[in-house]
Amino acid sequence: MAMLEIRDLEVNYGAINAIKKISFDVNEGEVIALIGANGAGKTTTLHTITGLHKARAGSVMFMGKDIIKLPPHKIVQMGMAHVPEGRRIFQQLSVYKNLTLGAFTRKDKKGVEESLARVYERFPRLEERKRQIAGTLSGGEQQMLAMGRALMSDPKIILMDEPSMGLSPLLVEEVFRIIRDIKAGGTTVLLVEQNAKKALEIADRAYVLETGRITLRGNAKELMNDDSVKKAYLGE
Amino acid sequence: MNFLSYLISGISLGSVYALIALGYTMVYGIAKMLNFAHGDVIMIGGFVMFTAVSSAGTSPLVAIVCGIIVCTVLGVVIEKVAYKPLRNATPLAVLITAIGVSYLLQNAALLIFGSAAQSFPVLIEVPDWEITEGLTVTGVTLVTICVTIVIMIALMLFMRYTKPGAAMQAVAEDRGAAQLMGVSVNSTISLTFAIGSALAAVASLLLCSAYPQISPYTGAMPGIKAFVAAVFGGIGSIPGAMIGGILLGVIENLSKAYISSQLSDAIVFGVLILVLLIKPTGILGRKMAEKV
Repeated sequence: MAMLEIRDLEVNYGAINAIKKISFDVNEGEVIALIGANGAGKTTTLHTITGLHKARAGSVMFMGKDIIKLPPHKIVQMGMAHVPEGRRIFQQLSVYKNLTLGAFTRKDKKGVEESLARVYERFPRLEERKRQIAGTLSGGEQQMLAMGRALMSDPKIILMDEPSMGLSPLLVEEVFRIIRDIKAGGTTVLLVEQNAKKALEIADRAYVLETGRITLRGNAKELMNDDSVKKAYLGE
Repeated sequence: MNFLSYLISGISLGSVYALIALGYTMVYGIAKMLNFAHGDVIMIGGFVMFTAVSSAGTSPLVAIVCGIIVCTVLGVVIEKVAYKPLRNATPLAVLITAIGVSYLLQNAALLIFGSAAQSFPVLIEVPDWEITEGLTVTGVTLVTICVTIVIMIALMLFMRYTKPGAAMQAVAEDRGAAQLMGVSVNSTISLTFAIGSALAAVASLLLCSAYPQISPYTGAMPGIKAFVAAVFGGIGSIPGAMIGGILLGVIENLSKAYISSQLSDAIVFGVLILVLLIKPTGILGRKMAEKV
């Protein structure tokens, strides 16, 4: 049984049928990339999985439980973290407060402290700036904070929406290094990216989303050599 | 020493505005709506205390506790019944509903208690304090200022150091992101209404003790003034509501004393217009950071 099973998911976005019966699986320990052009429905898919957006039909099974009708905070409690598009850190709060909000659902104080120590170890810049108001961080630092905040919940799976968007090439490298690192730590990752090349490089498997439909699926390495993927997403 | 005594009673009046303004500003910041029924919750609180003492013959302390409990529950129920179903409706629909709730409460009170003002019993028995010759502060004024200071400090600590406080700040800034942290928006909004309404009950005790009368319209004018105070200080900002409320009370009282008691309200609103012309977000209001 897969950790996350999406079956025949249909989502409306306003009057538009944004997601048309998609099905895919994410197994424990995998990095799965969801690639596609702007407006293909990637973000909508993630929002529907975490309950921010209501589905019209279909099911989302997370660790054997149908979560499609659950509110977001219940889903987060089950061990799913979501790094949203545009980071959406709490700009007016301190870096430290942002991180503690990431652990909002946790009751184990000691575990939270350990997670905080690990986040600071992984992102030393965040520790240096823990008292700073998050809105004053640079774009790269804000992305680190968004990822650190997600890790604070000690999640079983992290959904990441365009983590490399708007970052310099050096920072893009850094972001993907961290995703590899997260995977090595045993956390499953569902990654949505426009940077298909980078995403396919680190993913185990990938799905290609085109105007609300999954048009291609398979092993990431194989997809990298697929002619249509090369043409449409890798610019070759 | 006249000026000082006007100033002190202005601060006391302003403290009451500030307590009410906190309810407006917290609900606005977190639930993104203007709860125009807030002023009438004050009135209900006053009537609960009035009835408890005058009809049921309870002690002042029991009456005060009853008032706070009834207001807290009332605030939460109003939100659940009237506003929650409109969570995704247009702001105008919510605003009209709030005005409707305001009339409902006023008319319910009219039906039960009649329209005539009744005298409010003495619930706060604190001796006056003569600071110097000719400068005496009444017990109610003293209690008002002290209670307000304690409540404000407690509220600041609550927002800064507790989990529900952090949840409120998170929901205020980005509801969706707060949900992704595992924050329940519904319970956070309920808690906001509970706190705001409890503060309204305290405000009604202080208000009805300073001006010992109660009628179904008792809450209307202080409610509007407090709303002005919240806008004045920067709506959505807790320190802003505190500063706005106290400034408003002081300006109102000093204009009553030195300019004209008929014009005092006009002066208060004139100052509001002036402040908003210079700084449209209010004294402490922040422009929301642009989304990158």
